[in-house]
Amino acid sequence: MPPLLDRLNDAAKRKVHSLQDYFILAWNALRFIFARPFYGGDLVQQMDAIGVQSLGIVLLTGFFTGMVLALQSAVQLQTFGASMYMGRLVSASMIRELGPVLAGLMVAGRVGSGIAAQLGSMKVTEQIDALNTLGTDPIKKLVTPRVLAALIMLPVLTIINDCVGIVGGNLIAQFYLDVPTSLYWRTVWEQIASDGFIFRFVPNDFVQGLTKPFVFGGVISVTACYFGLSTSGGTEGVGISTTRTVVTSSILILVLDYFLTQILLSVLVAP
Amino acid sequence: MIDRDRAAPPGSPASDEDDRAEVIADAAELRERRADDVIRRKQEDRVRSAIQTELSKDDEAEPRPRPEDPGPLEGAIIELERVHLAFDRPILEEVSFAAFPGETIVIVGESGTGKSTLLKLILRLLQPDSGRVYVNGQDIAGLSFTEALDVRQQMGMVFQSAALFDSMTVFENIAYPLREHTDLNEDEIEARVREKLEFVDLVPDEVVEKLPAELSGGMKKRVGIARGMANNAEIMLYDEPTSGLDPLTTSTITRLIMKLQRELNVTSVVVSHDIRSSFRMATHIALLADRTIRFFGTPEEMAGSDDRYIRDFLGGF
Repeated sequence: MPPLLDRLNDAAKRKVHSLQDYFILAWNALRFIFARPFYGGDLVQQMDAIGVQSLGIVLLTGFFTGMVLALQSAVQLQTFGASMYMGRLVSASMIRELGPVLAGLMVAGRVGSGIAAQLGSMKVTEQIDALNTLGTDPIKKLVTPRVLAALIMLPVLTIINDCVGIVGGNLIAQFYLDVPTSLYWRTVWEQIASDGFIFRFVPNDFVQGLTKPFVFGGVISVTACYFGLSTSGGTEGVGISTTRTVVTSSILILVLDYFLTQILLSVLVAP
Repeated sequence: MIDRDRAAPPGSPASDEDDRAEVIADAAELRERRADDVIRRKQEDRVRSAIQTELSKDDEAEPRPRPEDPGPLEGAIIELERVHLAFDRPILEEVSFAAFPGETIVIVGESGTGKSTLLKLILRLLQPDSGRVYVNGQDIAGLSFTEALDVRQQMGMVFQSAALFDSMTVFENIAYPLREHTDLNEDEIEARVREKLEFVDLVPDEVVEKLPAELSGGMKKRVGIARGMANNAEIMLYDEPTSGLDPLTTSTITRLIMKLQRELNVTSVVVSHDIRSSFRMATHIALLADRTIRFFGTPEEMAGSDDRYIRDFLGGF
């Protein structure tokens, strides 16, 4: 085989092998959620690091996104005399798309990079080897609590993001378009109710808006742990792992968002 | 020099004059080690990559086929028997040696010859391609990665970088294996932590609340030793325990390893570049070269060897 083909062959094998390792890590992380010993303290610590400490950035992002969304839409809605539908537009956009995606991207940037840097540093300073020699499975001790915390906290952050985004839209609607607050919130609810309910009381919009962050939480945490634990080459390697985590997570969030939307729309809005 | 060091009975502390005399010679060795570190790091990356592969393997995987089994050597606490290992190139071939209770085996050799890999085989962080690794008579080479977690609890490992968990205090670091694997209550754990810190000549009240980042290199190594022996391990493994330390601290760590052997009859396997310390602490020295054990014997036998390679390796020592 020519050298070029050889190299391509090797590169392809490495990629496939990496992908296999990624899914094995994800599977083990999820499997260990139900296996003793449980690291409850680590889980709470990670929920604080991933959820509570991301609150500020998520509040700011959601609030200003809601406001700018309302501001941009105001001109078009006024043209058609449809200002009263501001609540519908903001709530649909925030709950279905912007809330999950923005929360995901923020957490990928803030938390994903942190996890990759932390695990990467542990790897290059032999702390992961030390865990092994002390009889602890590093995946159970380090990866599972982070993945579980992200699965729990990202939907929570998304709900908060949605709420402050809709409140931000309310402020613009009230002070820029003179839409009464009561009318704004009534149209918000009309929008949520108009897409139907699952099990009679769970709005379809909520299912769509909470399935995505759940998936994003898993993707961000597993990606960060994978790159962190694969770190080699000293401190320079830690930097590379951190960058790869943010780039890969962000791309995966945007790509998965499209496919999840396709699937959820076909399932939830099926005739 | 060798005779003088060996003449000091294992137990009597080296005198201050001896320590000062070692300073000048050890400083030269420190400079050489920096170049060695670059080569070693590349080797470590390959080893870690192999460990990662081991981690991802199915725990239920069948043990690899082995040649006929002559069984473990009677009385040996650690035994490597005709071990072969290769990554992208052969690393170890026909490596065999044994350590008996209370012995200190020091593995020396050039950078990148697989010395640290030997420790990882003993810990079953790596699996040999062929051959056997016995710990207390049990062949651990055939164990799954998870089964090996139990075996590892019999051993304490001191890493070159100490590898203390930097998010935990000194107390939490030493208490970690006790909280993970024993039923000791908090009072008993505290007593054990203090006992181990005192053994490594640290004042518990001064260090227990400190984070690793607040400790000097020598203190980190000593806390690493205390953590390694927290479970009263009967086997201690050291990867370059004196690397990066000043000559006086090197001497302190060397004396500590000898103290463990003398007072607790701990069996030690030490990987080292530090020939001077190796000759002081070793009951036997293994020289790893050309992927195999080129020499195994007492320090006196090594010093008296006519082998050209050994003479060159020992250099001006």
